[in-house]
Amino acid sequence: MKKLKFSKQHVLFSVLFVSVMLLPFATDALLGRGWVRIVDFAMLYIMLALGLNIVVGYAGLLDLGYIAFFAVGAYCYALTGSPHLALAFPLLFPDGLHLSFWIVLPLAALLAGGFGALLGAPTLRLRGDYLAIVTLGFGEIIRIFMNNLNAPINLTNGPQGISRIDPVSVAGVALNTTQQVFGIELPSVHLYFYLFLSFTALVVFVSRRLEKSRIGRAWMAIREDEIAASAMGINTRNLKLLAFAMGAAFGGVSGTLFAGFQGFVSPESFSLMESVMVLCMVVLGGMGNIYGVILGGLLLALLPEVLRHSVVPLQQALFGRIVIDPESLRMLLFGTALIAVMLYRPAGLWPSGVRRRELESDEVAP
Amino acid sequence: MSSALLEVRGLKVAYGGIHAVKGVDFYIAPGELVALIGSNGAGKTTTLKTLAGLHAASSGQIHYNGLSLLHIPAHQRVAMGMALVPEGRGVFARLSVAENLLMGAYTRGDKAQIDDDLARMYALFPRLVERRDQLAGTLSGGEQQMLAMARALMSRPRLLMLDEPSMGLAPLMVKKIFETIKEVAAQGMSILLVEQNARLALQVASRGYVMESGAITLSGVSAELLGSDAVQRAYLGG
Repeated sequence: MKKLKFSKQHVLFSVLFVSVMLLPFATDALLGRGWVRIVDFAMLYIMLALGLNIVVGYAGLLDLGYIAFFAVGAYCYALTGSPHLALAFPLLFPDGLHLSFWIVLPLAALLAGGFGALLGAPTLRLRGDYLAIVTLGFGEIIRIFMNNLNAPINLTNGPQGISRIDPVSVAGVALNTTQQVFGIELPSVHLYFYLFLSFTALVVFVSRRLEKSRIGRAWMAIREDEIAASAMGINTRNLKLLAFAMGAAFGGVSGTLFAGFQGFVSPESFSLMESVMVLCMVVLGGMGNIYGVILGGLLLALLPEVLRHSVVPLQQALFGRIVIDPESLRMLLFGTALIAVMLYRPAGLWPSGVRRRELESDEVAP
Repeated sequence: MSSALLEVRGLKVAYGGIHAVKGVDFYIAPGELVALIGSNGAGKTTTLKTLAGLHAASSGQIHYNGLSLLHIPAHQRVAMGMALVPEGRGVFARLSVAENLLMGAYTRGDKAQIDDDLARMYALFPRLVERRDQLAGTLSGGEQQMLAMARALMSRPRLLMLDEPSMGLAPLMVKKIFETIKEVAAQGMSILLVEQNARLALQVASRGYVMESGAITLSGVSAELLGSDAVQRAYLGG
């Protein structure tokens, strides 16, 4: 019996693995290459959502400025992997600085983590709404800095952003080119898909390990009752800082990948709306549950694109002209979906077992 | 009193401009069960939280096992053997009973001994065995109090500090909780019991201190306090 169960899981896993590996090809064939790119972006969002899940889902610290860490990671690679620094320091870097992505990545994660701790330190005593307001401010400060640091030294190129960022290279192969592997043609978006897939897998693995670890349990204790957690001998200060730093590092990694993939960053990509979006992914999918968060990230990253591609043709066909702008419709549908989920599935679409049990017993208890 | 496990001298605590504790002195000898009684707002909980390191003292001395605690943060005091059962129990509502108990042993690394202690806790509180996989938030108030006590005991403390264990519980449950307190004390645990229910507290304690608006106004052996006119009038409604 036991062997059968094992092989069943094995089969399920293999099927899942193969379908994910074939996903870019299927998407390409059915929907076109543009959609593979959209799926790539969805993976970046999933990584972000998983990072925020550590802060919000595990440690219970509401962070509304999370996109700032994505920005830190993105600008890290934008500055060190593009010709841009030649503008700021022509004598020092006549061609700009072209560090390898793989050197910048850990440094960016570290720096983003440092920024996370920097945000965490002054907010240690804050909770809930108050913490949300401070983190929101922090997110905006970072974005405004990026927007204005083009003077006196042109560090970030202001609102124009930084372009011509080097693509990510794996084993000497630049991923912005089309590659032939065993006679199969792999365009750039496919290559990035596999890169992002491996990073997402890594983030999932780390998240899972953290969740089951002593640190993860301490985070959850802090989330439940900080005073009691402290009375258990948990160093609440350090663990809260660690949650901020850990979540931020994930955001930084995702941002670095974003810069390499996109080849261009500008402050516009890091608005408050993006922070809200990532938070919605976590809450909608199921706070604290890795698979729920992945589902939420996937849905919310794909939804706007689906609308963009369906709303305009649909309206053209029905009315002969565009009645509602897809962008406004997006927010309308988005808001409705959020309200519906909160009303009918308050623990998220795919809640963690604990949250589900809690809500079920709430219904029974009174 | 150098043989005392805990010795508090001239302890003052202020926060937000309020002087909650205005210089208190007391001690607990090893193995003793001492009650700190007084009405609502007398400063009992603040005193206890300061002992646990959750509030900073503005002045005064706290010696535990001969060591000054002034600069020792809360989480290290647990490792030194001080365990607090906070007011309102403070169970981790969305963790299971078993997970709550394991959190109590957070400062310990000895897996085998932790398992032993888990078994001992389930023996001491048989109610918790049936509820092992249930979320702590779904337990009744009395069960939560048992869980909070068991969780505190999981750190293998030398000094157990209980904050209002009878609060909000049905009389039958209060009786049960106090029987357990006596049982734990009988095993040699030093206990500081903070209670509004003066009669109950003095019935199980060997000595007691009466606290009023931030200061200790009376102290003595429990039987004496129970019989004293001042305590009778103020707390026992006689």
